[in-house]
Amino acid sequence: MKHLLVLGGGTAGTMVVNKLRARLAPSEWRITVVDRDDAHHYQAGYLFIPFGDYDRKDVVRRRSRFVPEGVELAFGEIAALDPEVCSVTLADGTALAYDQLIIATGTTPRPDQTPGMLGSEWRRSVHEFYTLDGALALADALTAFEGGRLVAHIAEMPIKCPVAPLELLFLADAKLRERGLRERCELVYVTPLDGAFTTPVASDRLAGMLEARGIAVESDFVVERIDAAAKALVSYDERTVPFDLLVTVPVNMGADFVGPSGLGDELHHVRVDPHTMQSRLYPNVFALGDANDLPISKAGSAVHFSVEVFTENFVDHVQGRHMRRAYDGHVNCFIESGGGKALLLDFNYETQPLPGRYPLPGVGPFALLEESALNHAGKLLFKWAYWHVLLRGRELPLPAFRTRAGHGKQREATP
Amino acid sequence: MLVTIAGRPVHVNDEGFLTEYEEWDEAIAAALAADIGITLTQEHLAVVRFVRDDYHARSVTPTLRRVTSAGGFDTRRLFVLFPKKPAKKISYIAGVPKPVGCV
Repeated sequence: MKHLLVLGGGTAGTMVVNKLRARLAPSEWRITVVDRDDAHHYQAGYLFIPFGDYDRKDVVRRRSRFVPEGVELAFGEIAALDPEVCSVTLADGTALAYDQLIIATGTTPRPDQTPGMLGSEWRRSVHEFYTLDGALALADALTAFEGGRLVAHIAEMPIKCPVAPLELLFLADAKLRERGLRERCELVYVTPLDGAFTTPVASDRLAGMLEARGIAVESDFVVERIDAAAKALVSYDERTVPFDLLVTVPVNMGADFVGPSGLGDELHHVRVDPHTMQSRLYPNVFALGDANDLPISKAGSAVHFSVEVFTENFVDHVQGRHMRRAYDGHVNCFIESGGGKALLLDFNYETQPLPGRYPLPGVGPFALLEESALNHAGKLLFKWAYWHVLLRGRELPLPAFRTRAGHGKQREATP
Repeated sequence: MLVTIAGRPVHVNDEGFLTEYEEWDEAIAAALAADIGITLTQEHLAVVRFVRDDYHARSVTPTLRRVTSAGGFDTRRLFVLFPKKPAKKISYIAGVPKPVGCV
């Protein structure tokens, strides 16, 4: 009996065991998922918590409900991975041997990485919304906010859902207008990038949307520390940005055990082949979702599209065949723009987000790079689809490969 | 496209970044640096050489974090040497692709 060990039962880990349990014979393959607890969070829903639209009950379910029959779910903190001897050790000393390993432990905000962030202002005037507790605390802070400088900030790239800080500002702008407070507020977007987004067309479009809402942009800002006493962000080139309420996105790092395993980069994201998600060092190790270092947005849609390719490849791989399919970096994301509207971006490794239409049978087409109420409806519909369809490894009628002219063909993986 | 830098024909993309790793040398680096207002010193060159070697070994332009943690350079100092946009300026002078923002 062979053993497939999956570290992490979040979006990627849950989706992949649902797909693989159906494809690997139970008489040949035992599958185990390890996670620290039984709470599965719908992280894309955190965005709606600060504005009171979602609560804890919308974004948390029991993990075990989504793990299929025939897959063991083990609870424990992962302490160490030794890829040389194919063994994972949990904090309580339990050793788990594997034949194939999938790392799906995600990436986590690390406020401890920026001096001063966890100082006296943490969860008072310094907030984040990439954890449930953080998003709930921010909801209280925003309710109490009646004017002043509201600053949204990205510490360092990459972060998961890189458009979320923009969405937060768009939604805050709409909410403050609704409350009649907008004129008493300054809204500022502080980013280490040289514009609103990295890809030129989307960046221009989003910059225009920020400008139209009177939101200032401070770009090329690499934070060195937070001066809690002065309530200001301080950059390495000695610029300061004062705030009354800061919503920061701390440095995102992969799981701690990745560092000593030698499989990761400086931020503990596992280094993988961008088309197969196979470790660059060990052929029986893969990393899926936010845990890997793919040069594309860390987003649930990247998980969805890449896991489809991965599943087919993995079945070939364990039977000693060449992995023939290649993930093309396809990601799409809805961007909430306030007032019940949203934009949709669709892109991959080769093609930047461009205007156009995205087909979705029965619901779409959605407008790409344009605000519409239908896009907003699509984003809300997604919560239902996440819990009921995607996690369980079922198909959504989303084209896995871009269907616009010239992008319909999938590339072969390089051997 | 083909342009002449420091008296030599080299290939660049539409942002002026060299596209052929092997076409780089220190004279070209000095010309590229001058183009963005930087007088190239040995201290600049040490950073540029690290970035070139790392790119050669890993086929990816190192991030600013990697330049500091793996290369041992000080972030604050990098902002003095390559003002405002160190990651972009270092890669431009080093003749390697602009680092991906990972978005």
